[in-house]
Amino acid sequence: MSLVNFTAREITCKIVYYGPGRSGKTTNLHYVYGRVPESRRGRMVSLATQTDRTLFFDFLPIDLGQISGFTTRFQLYTVPGQVYYNATRRLVLQGADGVVFVADSQARQLDENIESLQNLQANLLDHGVDIRGMPLVLQYNKQDLPRELILTSADLDDALNFRSLPSFPADALHGVGVFETLKSISEQVLKRLSQGTTA
Amino acid sequence: MTTALNPKFTFDSFVVGAANRLAVTAARTVVENPGSAYNPLFIYSGSGLGKTHLLMAIGSQAKKVAPGFNIEYLTLDEYVEAFHAAIAAGQGDAFRRRFQNVDVLLVDDVQFLTGRAEMQTELLRLTEVLQGTGHQIVLTCDRPPGEIAALDERLISRFSGGLVVDMGVPDYETRVAILRRKAEERGAAFQPGVLETVAGADFVNVRELMGALNRLIAYQAVNETPINAEAAKQVLGLASVAAATGGGSADEFAQFVSDVTVTVGKAVEAWRSRVAEAILRWEGEGYRTHRLEALLERDAPAAVDEAITSFVKDVERLKALETEVAALDPQAAGQSIFRDPEHMPEAEEAAARVREGAGPPPAPSPAFPLAQFAAGASNQMAMSAVAAVLAQPGKKYNPLLLVGRSGLGKTHLLNAVGLELAQRRGAIVACLSTQDFVDELIAAIDGNRMDWWRARYRRATALLLDDIHLLAGKERTQEELFNLFNLFLDQERQLVFTAPTPPGAFQGIEPRIASRLGSGLVAELTEPDRDVRRGAAERLLVQLHQPTEAALLDYLADRPVDSVRALTTLVQRVVGAATAKEQPLSAGLAREELEGQAPVGERRRTSGFRTSGIVVSSAGGVRSREKMVWDWPEPSDRVLEESR
Repeated sequence: MSLVNFTAREITCKIVYYGPGRSGKTTNLHYVYGRVPESRRGRMVSLATQTDRTLFFDFLPIDLGQISGFTTRFQLYTVPGQVYYNATRRLVLQGADGVVFVADSQARQLDENIESLQNLQANLLDHGVDIRGMPLVLQYNKQDLPRELILTSADLDDALNFRSLPSFPADALHGVGVFETLKSISEQVLKRLSQGTTA
Repeated sequence: MTTALNPKFTFDSFVVGAANRLAVTAARTVVENPGSAYNPLFIYSGSGLGKTHLLMAIGSQAKKVAPGFNIEYLTLDEYVEAFHAAIAAGQGDAFRRRFQNVDVLLVDDVQFLTGRAEMQTELLRLTEVLQGTGHQIVLTCDRPPGEIAALDERLISRFSGGLVVDMGVPDYETRVAILRRKAEERGAAFQPGVLETVAGADFVNVRELMGALNRLIAYQAVNETPINAEAAKQVLGLASVAAATGGGSADEFAQFVSDVTVTVGKAVEAWRSRVAEAILRWEGEGYRTHRLEALLERDAPAAVDEAITSFVKDVERLKALETEVAALDPQAAGQSIFRDPEHMPEAEEAAARVREGAGPPPAPSPAFPLAQFAAGASNQMAMSAVAAVLAQPGKKYNPLLLVGRSGLGKTHLLNAVGLELAQRRGAIVACLSTQDFVDELIAAIDGNRMDWWRARYRRATALLLDDIHLLAGKERTQEELFNLFNLFLDQERQLVFTAPTPPGAFQGIEPRIASRLGSGLVAELTEPDRDVRRGAAERLLVQLHQPTEAALLDYLADRPVDSVRALTTLVQRVVGAATAKEQPLSAGLAREELEGQAPVGERRRTSGFRTSGIVVSSAGGVRSREKMVWDWPEPSDRVLEESR
């Protein structure tokens, strides 16, 4: 997938929300969906189980309109978090321009977070992508939960963010940190434009 | 002139929130303790956030607290107008007296003091008087005192001396409260969520918020139906504004789009700045950058980095060419062709031309290997000198001057030394006749290519000139050789020359050259002894594929010849005779040929060509051996030829 098509004057960014099951990836997309004017958003495709678990993936296309003469589109994807859907995750990751890693701030979910982050690295490697070269931001979701249940941003940074990536505490359900995260990953992805990436 | 206080603007109707709590508290304090608590009180905030309301509330409240108080509220413009009117009417003093007796002076919009020096002075004086008499002053402004342009320093310190408070944009809750209060005042009732929607919209101040509320009230009154939140958005043109209940600001998406726009703008234009940077850099170094400039004129960057890389590669190549050319010919290096990456082939051609022109100087002839030089007692000194030179070129005997009559093998030895030296790593041996050296120089002067000519010889690691005495009278060549000479001596590069006589006997050669020629070693080659003659005869016979019988070699070695060249002639004669008679060459046949027809032999020897193979073109007109044979049959001519 080409990020920028100078001939057609189009910018297309594929951003994948990654993370362990139930960390709030789909919630992020839902919140964004709720904030995008109808004319600007495509149909949100969500394949969920009866219990609202993402079975395949969510897909939310957003049209940002003309930006600097470029028709700019963002495609937001989520992956199913559950361990046994790894094939789907790998598929969704293909051609991603940036990844948002949505971590579950609950203390008891720490191992799942770490496992999922390692899984992300492995799946990217399968596509021949070094995670260090991939635009990536971390979101510590569910920071609205009671203090005693969750780890702070600082704790999570220590545990997950050893490359000092941008990280955002969030409460995706109420929208806190959702757009900050999206903005940060967009900036990282778009900065690749300046590296002369061409179609 | 004083504006009447608006009775609606009271403390009670002023909605207090976090953003304006301090200002309101200060205002209330001032009313309770006029002239003593904060004097002056300076309130600043953006437009439409309640400065005037608060100022009037102070006035109203003060009037309520102390009905006898003389309270003046006016905007700065009104104050200025009143002052000018008073001055015009000649009642300046009355004007001043009027304000000096004010108990509470309320001045709105003092930012308009900018550029009014006269008013600033007046206000400063008034402030001093009022402060001195314990009368309260309250001022409002849209910026802090320090930021009012061109405001007298003394006024700034006066204003800042009391209390300076600001009022910010009311927060969401305050906005809702303001809307509720105002709706209530207007007797308007709204469905739940409507006022919240309005409050959630991005209005920059309360005045706009009031405008929105007025519109909704009007809309509801006209339509006689209660408006709901969605309809309110439509009415206010806030359709895209998301519901305000949620975290963060109301229009996160719009904000997001604007952020992305900034990023894309930067990123998309980044390639342009990279190209511009490259242009600046290479232009600064004097290279033409048309190719990069053309890139800038395009809408889309087609492989900008590749273009820059290829440009830089071309420039590097040009640099390399220029450096190479500069070493060969400093003048040619300045050509603009080496600064234009658009014309690489031309630059390569130009470099090739220079390279060709300044190719290595004439090399020693491969026909004279050292191994074929017949050594003997007569040339022992020269041979040992040559050995020393070859062992330590440029160090031991520099220059080496080989002296001897014509035909003794000087040229052979010179070329042999050259060949040996040329085998060394990185060696560039210039070996040529002095006449050729002079001719080249003349051609260089003629073609205005002195620089490349010099560069050519300066590159050489050894310079070997045959018949150096031919420099006689060639002043320019002597001058050039003198410079080369010094360069070679300085850098310990070998110089070898040949001459028929020692340098002391040279005519027409500058003493400085002659003395330098003799400053190394002068090695003399004398008439060949028997060993040399025998060796030379053997070599010649081998070269001519003839048998080398001992008797034949001894016979030839015993011939009374005074030079190797004469011996060569003898050998060629006997070989020619044997071939003509179709008999194998033998000592007897040689004797018969040489001693039986001696006069013919002498005659043949006058042919004057150098049987060694080297044509000394000192006359410049020798084209062929046949010509020499047929043109100069007389011995007298031969003498002439040799003396040249």
